[in-house]
Amino acid sequence: MSVTAPLFQHHKHCDELFAQAEDACAGGDWATGEKAFALLLDQLETHFTSEEELLFPAFETATGMTSGPTEVMRGEHRQMRDLLGQMKDALASKDSDAFGGAADTLLILMQQHNMKEENILYPMCDNALGSSDVGASLVERLKVS
Amino acid sequence: MHASLSFDQAPPISVPYRFFLVAPWFGVMAGILLAWSGSDAFVSRWTPEALALTHLIALGFMLQAMCGALFQFIPVAVGGNVWRPKLVANTVQPLLLLATLLLVAGFLFSRPGLLSAAVPFFLLALGGFVMVVALALWRTPATGMTLWAMRMAIGGLAVTVLLGSLLAEALAYGLAVPIVELTNVHLVWGLGGWALMLLAGVSYHVVPMFQLTKPYPLWFTRWFGPLLLLLLLAWSLRLFLDLSRWSMLVTLPLLAILSVYAGLTLWLQYTRRRKIHDATSLYFRVAMVSMLILAISGAAFVLWPALGADPRSVVWLGILAFAGVFVSAISGMMYKIVPFLNWLHLQRLGGPISAVPNMKKMIPAEAMTGQLRLHVLAVVLLLAAVWQPGLTRLAGLTLAASCAWLGWNLVGSVRRYQGFRDQIRAAA
Ligand code: HEM
Repeated sequence: MSVTAPLFQHHKHCDELFAQAEDACAGGDWATGEKAFALLLDQLETHFTSEEELLFPAFETATGMTSGPTEVMRGEHRQMRDLLGQMKDALASKDSDAFGGAADTLLILMQQHNMKEENILYPMCDNALGSSDVGASLVERLKVS
Repeated sequence: MHASLSFDQAPPISVPYRFFLVAPWFGVMAGILLAWSGSDAFVSRWTPEALALTHLIALGFMLQAMCGALFQFIPVAVGGNVWRPKLVANTVQPLLLLATLLLVAGFLFSRPGLLSAAVPFFLLALGGFVMVVALALWRTPATGMTLWAMRMAIGGLAVTVLLGSLLAEALAYGLAVPIVELTNVHLVWGLGGWALMLLAGVSYHVVPMFQLTKPYPLWFTRWFGPLLLLLLLAWSLRLFLDLSRWSMLVTLPLLAILSVYAGLTLWLQYTRRRKIHDATSLYFRVAMVSMLILAISGAAFVLWPALGADPRSVVWLGILAFAGVFVSAISGMMYKIVPFLNWLHLQRLGGPISAVPNMKKMIPAEAMTGQLRLHVLAVVLLLAAVWQPGLTRLAGLTLAASCAWLGWNLVGSVRRYQGFRDQIRAAA
């Protein structure tokens, strides 16, 4: 298994959670929506921090590239966290329009972000970190309970 | 090698928007032209009105929108660097507009001189565009079938423009070329080699992304583009050989792969993870259902020549392709891209991100779905008008109204962008 394979699979897991949360909140089922959203928030946060604390530093040390693709990815994590914050507020005030709007925006941002990672950054990481133990630590962190 | 990949190179917002904002108004012109010319327009594909209508939509609506989308899509989706996007867009877009108006006027008023006058402008605008885009598409280190489909599509555009120019000069100067066969080759490269190839390549990327579907299966993305290309080449042999007895062997497989693409896309949408419907996903469905109807009725015309002998049968196919497939797919894409670009550029202004309104604030959802319904009505009326000529004027007016509504929605979105931008700047 490649170093970044767990992150790859975890993207799909987060997509699934996103769809559930969006569906429930758009239909006004706030109780289900709240649970689904909490799960989404938790998993995305785990994903972001795993990359920011493990993968990106290891990649930067191995390649010396500190201001390249990882910096762009960190910036996009910030944007996504902000949109998640907006969704959380909308959920609290049961505003399905605001929730849907932020969710729609998050979806595109997240998918573009994932695609950049999967097509570009992860292959670079697999090349640079093939012999390290980063992969094992990622598996540990992203274990889907 | 990866370092040269442009990671974050979206062009200035004016680059795609200057194309997007004019496209719908060509649809309005087409609708008005149809309403004005009435039932004569659809008698056959060779009426001046039919030729003018074809190019109002093909060049005014579709090509404008697709050029604008490529400027955005190439850096973001396939990591390509477009050379001086602002300069190129500012040059290509007005030239293309002028050339289209000249060509359409030439058709409509049967003035071959105008057709010929349009040619240098097309060659300049699209020659430049094709070169810049091809360079970006061949230099990017990215890989994948979206990229390959786009490379083939840009080649398809080049062939279409060259054949179109040859046709225009042939009509203007009475050159001894087989006009009908050349037109048949020109039109499959325009609709198949350029427009469909691009739509397919973009679908591989955006259908899974916008709607959380499974990816298109590898067997499909690997084979669809190359097979389409091969069939187009086989179709083009009619210029050199007498293929009248073989034509079915090319036409039927061509229609078959269209239905596989459309059927597969509908199936992916049907089994998607995301539950929400929006104007974009509905518009994509309309496009794919139209493509299926096109393939089935096209096959019926081939298999039962008595049906296909009516000159109106080709007009029916043309309406399905232009209004049913491409205008729908493009409208749906613009409804997703424009609100997102508004958001993306607003949050880059540097104000607090929470001050940036989300996508739903850019174009009201009801305005988009209402416009979509009117567009579907227009397509149905256009199709009905082929067999019930009395409906032609009504169909034209409906098309004009739905395109005007689309244009209005986009203008509104740009206005909102400007309003929010000024607010955010004032607060900063
Ligand atoms: C790029 C997209 C284009 C598409 C999709 C397209 C499509 C078509 C179609 C469908 C027809 C057949 C019309 C009919 O049978 O009623 C046609 C004919 C024609 N097109 Fe285009 N076209 C494109 C670009 C161009 C350009 C750039 C030119 C001129 C430089 C051009 C010039 C012509 C001419 C002269 C005819 C033949 C008219 C006749 O035989 O009387 N086209 N095109």
